[in-house]
Amino acid sequence: MTVQERAASRLAVREQRETNLWADAFRRLIRNRAALVGGLIVLGLILTAIFAPQLAPMHYAEGDSYNAQTVPSWLVPFLPIKNIQSYAKINNNFIFGSDELGRDILSRIIYGTRVSLPVGFMGALTALIIGLVYGCISGYYGGKVDNIMMRIVDIMYAFPTMLLIILLMAFFKSTFAQVQEPGTIAYTFNQINKVVDRFLGLQGGGMLFIFMGIGLTAWMGMARLARGQILSLKEKEFIEAAHTVGAGDLRIIVRHILPNILGPCIVAETLAIPGYINYEVFLSFIGLGVDAPTPSWGSMISEGSRSIRSYPHMILFPALALSITMFAFNFLGDGLRDALDPRMRGTS
Amino acid sequence: MLRYIVRRILWMIPVLLFISIVTFALSHAVPGGPFDREKKLPPEVVANLEKYYGLDKPLYQQYLNYIGNIVTKFDFGPSMRQRGRTVNEIFAAHLPISAQLGVLALLVALIIGIPLGIVAALKQNTFWDYLGMGVAVFGVSVPNIVLGPLLIWIFALALGWFPVAGWGKPSQMVLPAIALGLGSSAIIGRLTRASMLQVIREDYIRTARSKGLTERIIMVRHALKNAFIPVATVLGPMFAALTTGTFVVEQIFAIPGMGKYFITSVTNRDYAVVMGTTLLYAVFLVIANLVVDITYAFLDPRIRYT
Repeated sequence: MTVQERAASRLAVREQRETNLWADAFRRLIRNRAALVGGLIVLGLILTAIFAPQLAPMHYAEGDSYNAQTVPSWLVPFLPIKNIQSYAKINNNFIFGSDELGRDILSRIIYGTRVSLPVGFMGALTALIIGLVYGCISGYYGGKVDNIMMRIVDIMYAFPTMLLIILLMAFFKSTFAQVQEPGTIAYTFNQINKVVDRFLGLQGGGMLFIFMGIGLTAWMGMARLARGQILSLKEKEFIEAAHTVGAGDLRIIVRHILPNILGPCIVAETLAIPGYINYEVFLSFIGLGVDAPTPSWGSMISEGSRSIRSYPHMILFPALALSITMFAFNFLGDGLRDALDPRMRGTS
Repeated sequence: MLRYIVRRILWMIPVLLFISIVTFALSHAVPGGPFDREKKLPPEVVANLEKYYGLDKPLYQQYLNYIGNIVTKFDFGPSMRQRGRTVNEIFAAHLPISAQLGVLALLVALIIGIPLGIVAALKQNTFWDYLGMGVAVFGVSVPNIVLGPLLIWIFALALGWFPVAGWGKPSQMVLPAIALGLGSSAIIGRLTRASMLQVIREDYIRTARSKGLTERIIMVRHALKNAFIPVATVLGPMFAALTTGTFVVEQIFAIPGMGKYFITSVTNRDYAVVMGTTLLYAVFLVIANLVVDITYAFLDPRIRYT
């Protein structure tokens, strides 16, 4: 076979394959090694979260003070404090050691995926839904509607996000999280929260309120992105064609516009997931996140950083777990962006 | 130009008023009050305290009094949780520390981020590019909540080069400045690289080349100046966020900065402090954004303000 023939046959094979946008993007994604590793780690984390009860060697909330802050012997040579044996208990029952209440750190990290992952995904999902709906309405109808809706977004942007989220969390905690009279709105929220916590298999985590706090502060960027995409799209010929054959607004938005703008929006939200995970870690660090005894990597890092001088092992593993998760989502998001739009490669 | 600046400064007034109204409403909407204790105070005592701090008046009047005191006396009111301390005193004691840390962190971010982005862009798809972007991914993926303890672990506990915590001596400032600045340097690095890549393909760069200018002059005088515009845009909010206090890094390194007041004021319902810290941040933000917009005109002569 000549070189040309070989090229031609390869081309023929390629043409036989299905070439829609998503299949193409998927092929590009798995060819990107960093993104593939990131994706596999994310998959592993999801499996860890699902099978946490089977994987965790001990209960995440039970421990006794006799076993407080034990250090496993394999870790001792790696610790930055040389004389740790002189005051810390060395105990190999806990592979990653135990915390100040004698709870197994490994089990708490494993259950921590049930906090961090849902927060990341639900944050992205809420932002995507609210932002898309808001941005679509604003961009599609344009004019006065657009003007008012975008000014509202501008004002929300001027507000310090961290303060907003802290205020919201303080509000949720003191209004909804208490036991309420049946029939009130607060009672309903409280019940939904219990369902969410039970679904995640956590003892009273207050996860719904974290979802709400993050979701309510994270949609503005998505609204702007969706609006910008629609503004450039709605003047295109195929939208005009849809108008002429008598398609309604809803049909045009859902059938013709949404599929075309979904790619960049999903990429933006995937890249935002580490940010949402970090929000929860921050909230738990300052004590406004999940309620004890639910294990959150943020509260574990907070406890660990307080005793870093004498028991540095306590902070090591939750910090590692958080970093690996953030790396994985960042690699996956970068890869997804390159795969869906190769022209955007290397831009922020 | 001057007219533009004056107009922008006048615009700040409604923005700040709006932020203050929303913050005031939100902080009072959170149930509970500044005098809630584990052990309940007698109702007469609470009533007296509320009278003393003017909390018994209607909300709109409290707000008007508050704004009035700021405008006429530059008085941000008393803290309701820390008896005998005013918000002005809290600013005076803690803001300089946070500002110092923030400026150092911003320097770290610029010194690492900008060269990283430039080298990565000029040597695109080489080892240097991958190294630079690897560092950037590290900076984005390792939040300061992890980076702080990591730096303590390595440089304070294991190597003993720097103290674990505290503030005052220069040696105590190194680790927190890096912990706070590295994440921002990653953002700046990525942004610099992306915008450099875009700029070096512009027509005026080709024109400069065809004039026979040396590569160095083209890069420094023509490319870098224009590439800096998107970077300047993020520097505004970054400056405001870093200099008004960051809770996590200040907590980890035991630095007595402003950061903790942003959080404890909300959890304690210390209304005057909530308002004070938010307004402080907002003022820093609008001023920093104005400075950024003015520098645009110097970076790119095509941008003019009327």
